[in-house]
Amino acid sequence: MSRTKGDEEEYWNSSKFKAFTFDDEDDELSQLKESKRAVNSLRDFVDDDDDDDLERVSWSGEPVGSISWSIKETAGNSGSNLEGREQLKSRNSFSSYTQLPKPASTYSLSSFFRGRTRLGSFQSLSDALSDTPAKSYAPELGRPKGEYKDYSNDWSISDTVRRLRKGKVCSLERFRSLQDKLQLLEEAVSVHDGNVITAVLIFLKRTLSKEILFRELELRQVALRHLIHFLKEIGDQKLLVDLFRFLDRTEELALSHYREHLNIQDPEKRKEFLKTCIGLPFSAEDSAHVQDHYTLLERQIIIEANDRHLELAGQTEIFRKHPRKASILNMPLVTTLFYSCFYHYTEAEGTFSSPVNLKKTFKIPDKQYVLTALAARAKLRAWHDVDALFTTKNWLGYTKKRAPIGFHRVVEILHKNSAPVQILQEYVNLVEDVDTKLNLATKFKCHDVVIDTCRDLKDRQQLLAYRSKVDKGSAEEEKIDAFLSSSQIRWKN
Amino acid sequence: MAFPHRPDAPELPDFSMLKRLARDQLIYLLEQLPGKKDLFIEADLMSPLDRIANVSILKQHEVDKLYKVENKPALSSSEQLCFLVRPRIKNMRYIASLVNADKLAGRARKYKVIFSPQKFYACEMVLEEEGIYGDVSCDEWAFSLLPLDVDLLSMELPEFFRDYFLEGDQRWINTVAQALHLLSTLYGPFPNCYGIGRCAKMSHELWRKLEEEEDGEAKGRRPEIGHIFLLDRDMDFVTALCSQVVYEGLVDDTFRIKCGSVDFGPEVTSSDRSLKLLLNAEDKVFNEIRNEHFSNVFGFLSQKARNLQAQYDRRRGMDIKQMKNFVSQELKGLKQEHRLLSLHIGACESIMKKKTKQDFQELIKTEHALLEGFNIRESTSYIEEHIDRQVSPIESLRLMCLLSITENGLIPKDYRSLKTQYLQSYGPEHLLTFSNLRRAGLLTEQAPGDTLTAVESKVSKLVTDKAAGKITDAFSSLAKRSNFRAISKKLNLIPRVDGEYDLKVPRDMAYVFSGAYVPLSCRVIEQVLERRSWQGLDEVVRLLNCSELAFAGLTKEDKASSESLRLILVVFLGGCTFSEISALRFLGREKVMCLQRSPYCVSRKP
Repeated sequence: MSRTKGDEEEYWNSSKFKAFTFDDEDDELSQLKESKRAVNSLRDFVDDDDDDDLERVSWSGEPVGSISWSIKETAGNSGSNLEGREQLKSRNSFSSYTQLPKPASTYSLSSFFRGRTRLGSFQSLSDALSDTPAKSYAPELGRPKGEYKDYSNDWSISDTVRRLRKGKVCSLERFRSLQDKLQLLEEAVSVHDGNVITAVLIFLKRTLSKEILFRELELRQVALRHLIHFLKEIGDQKLLVDLFRFLDRTEELALSHYREHLNIQDPEKRKEFLKTCIGLPFSAEDSAHVQDHYTLLERQIIIEANDRHLELAGQTEIFRKHPRKASILNMPLVTTLFYSCFYHYTEAEGTFSSPVNLKKTFKIPDKQYVLTALAARAKLRAWHDVDALFTTKNWLGYTKKRAPIGFHRVVEILHKNSAPVQILQEYVNLVEDVDTKLNLATKFKCHDVVIDTCRDLKDRQQLLAYRSKVDKGSAEEEKIDAFLSSSQIRWKN
Repeated sequence: MAFPHRPDAPELPDFSMLKRLARDQLIYLLEQLPGKKDLFIEADLMSPLDRIANVSILKQHEVDKLYKVENKPALSSSEQLCFLVRPRIKNMRYIASLVNADKLAGRARKYKVIFSPQKFYACEMVLEEEGIYGDVSCDEWAFSLLPLDVDLLSMELPEFFRDYFLEGDQRWINTVAQALHLLSTLYGPFPNCYGIGRCAKMSHELWRKLEEEEDGEAKGRRPEIGHIFLLDRDMDFVTALCSQVVYEGLVDDTFRIKCGSVDFGPEVTSSDRSLKLLLNAEDKVFNEIRNEHFSNVFGFLSQKARNLQAQYDRRRGMDIKQMKNFVSQELKGLKQEHRLLSLHIGACESIMKKKTKQDFQELIKTEHALLEGFNIRESTSYIEEHIDRQVSPIESLRLMCLLSITENGLIPKDYRSLKTQYLQSYGPEHLLTFSNLRRAGLLTEQAPGDTLTAVESKVSKLVTDKAAGKITDAFSSLAKRSNFRAISKKLNLIPRVDGEYDLKVPRDMAYVFSGAYVPLSCRVIEQVLERRSWQGLDEVVRLLNCSELAFAGLTKEDKASSESLRLILVVFLGGCTFSEISALRFLGREKVMCLQRSPYCVSRKP
């Protein structure tokens, strides 16, 4: 579905999507701010008797006496020492709630839902029942299901499945022939109730050898999926692995083994475990990812040990000035690269912690590398490094600025790290597209760039409009005035 | 508001009945363990529980202390322990460790486990294996539908999506069928029933079976809801993957709406504490802006602020009597409104700040380009840059999935390079995430060339037989071709607009995505309801890979009054977004209700 370039431009330029933009900070927010001021100005009048009970209930959302609130109370207190126990006990017990200024029961939570209560809001179940001919609102309410015991052996297959569906205890022991077992399973599948399917599978798993079970399930995909999910849930990794092996689903086998690493906290052990994953039958693509995962953790362990030592020794300036906030272990590659650009930027390629080494080992694309290095160096306000990042020399020895990510991104990242205007200005000027340049310059108050660009565009009106945005009597204003009164420029408007 | 409340809008059923029912059931179950007891509640159940009961109700039924179920030894000294949990294996292990520790210490207590919404045999098996079956008694609390608003019900089962759409486990289908059965006993039979998707079809069949088994009870009742529509989430992943721009959707994307309430941090409340706020029709300010495109919200709020100012100003020049009246009658309402207003303004500000910071405009542009299917190269490199800069991992995945589904999979070269960069930026363990997304059909690789499509069509003729399961499985990734472009054309999902799309006076459901895209799910619902069948939609159904999975039927003789026939219950199996809810509310000449499972289903973690 391709469109011509013209179509696209027309599309983006059409007013369809311009009605409202999230970029329009000025207009929309000012409206919002105005409303806020208006509302805030009313506060003086309103605030005098804030603690209105009715409002407290609907406003705090968790009214005193709500269940969540009270659990927090129990939790907050349960850790304290024995001495406070007695006291706590009395606070925790419900009797103390009645001493609170307003008992919660006065405002039942259901009053939030004051719908059309045809039956009144505090009617009991029996009242509600008498209103309608239906009897089965609460099936089996009279007798808890757990107490249903039925050892009759005479239930047919469909009766058995129906009883299972109703949550009744029902013995399956009489289904001993394979044929019976399979019929039972098929009946369970045909009523669609996953809980019953699982119940039958638990029985089959117990009473069939795994070869037979696997063989039959291979032909019954719905049941098979239930068994796989069940095994995952109860954590029977061994049987699951056997099953995947039987089904020849090698990739799932590998993934399910790999998943286990998430449960290993100790980094050394995790690393060793990942090593055992490397040879597993992943797809070619995933094999490489798992290998990288292992290598990354291996590196991180080395870097972490080294840097912790450096930090503790207190001799290295960068660690003293910017103490590490967290360990680098188990962080993503990009985060590791950022870390290394932050703490180890100048290191030679030979060390494990140097950015260049990381870039080579993991084949990090240029774009990604520049983006990350830029963010790290800008954060340290190392503008010289930033400069070097984009400077290339051609064969004649001339230097030129080049950015694989587009200079508008560079500007945004620099701005986020509060780069001074002189630096910003330099990069805004490198943005190729004039409109983008003008937008960015205006947004980040690079006055010179705006003024010069307007002049280059010969756009007198825009320059005039911009004059009101610069400080009175500033150098910028003078510059604008000089341009406006210049007879050299042939304005287009 | 964009959709004035129609004077002839049919009245919604009284869903508070569901809450009373759940509360009474819980009380009954607590009484089954007479005497003082401590109650352990699973974290996920706390908010739903809060919506139907409170501490004094529990206390009346001899609950002493409350604890959260978490992996810590219990400090409870009570003789009776009651656990209120979802049927999850890890909960069983926790309970088992508790009981076994007691046994070891020679301590005898009574234990009761209440499963909500139902118990699973796998859980019982764990209790048996751990040697505590019989030491604990088990019960079920069939609390499966929580009314979140006057027109919104939720099952609050975040695992539904993963269990069914990723693992293929059908354990929740019975829960759905039970919930539908409950609705039909409470609010009368549904005269018309439609659905699309495998899960929808199975739920429908099991539900019918339940109705037959307990026949006679709902018969003769006047239906309150005319239509029910069941829809699988995997029919339409695209809509769930788009950034939301209606107010409620933005609040959800920014702050997460959980169980109908939101936590506003200090940056919104402009004080030093966070605030939990219920978001529903009771909040008058919210109710007027929830379905609005974000661009209209500012104007509305500032108008509201001016009105409020004017109303306060009236007190100047009042005499004592008028003032007394004002204070006793109006002041409370005004104060309430004032607080709501300042909160929602705060929320808008916070959303705006966040969105401006993250280049939201560019993101939306990319999404729209993907939806329309042009500039694919440019969008791909936008996504790439997004990943390289380590912007939110979820957002990057969302964009990749959107690219994959709209393009019928990524080109192998792109797939490989984006995946590599993703792993480098966010961690190598996301290998597992990619494998999951591929299995769920959310992020796939294009099959090389047309040859495979030919093979596929040949094989698909052969593999209707169940026994050929293995082959089917091998081709299932192909069967999941999303065909989004063709569907989009067929259903006119990208509106052609001359001039500006007026978001203030929306002309169609596309307004929920700034006029750029009509949500596929809602369009399908609209089309079927217009025809009262799938007639003429064969091609669409085929493209959705649902040839045998779309159904429609008059389940009972059409005795319903025209009034009730206008009410529709839409069931999203696997979750829906607030944008879809807004679109359906817009569509609702008839009022529409949504049954929502998990609020959002964007990313699946390993």
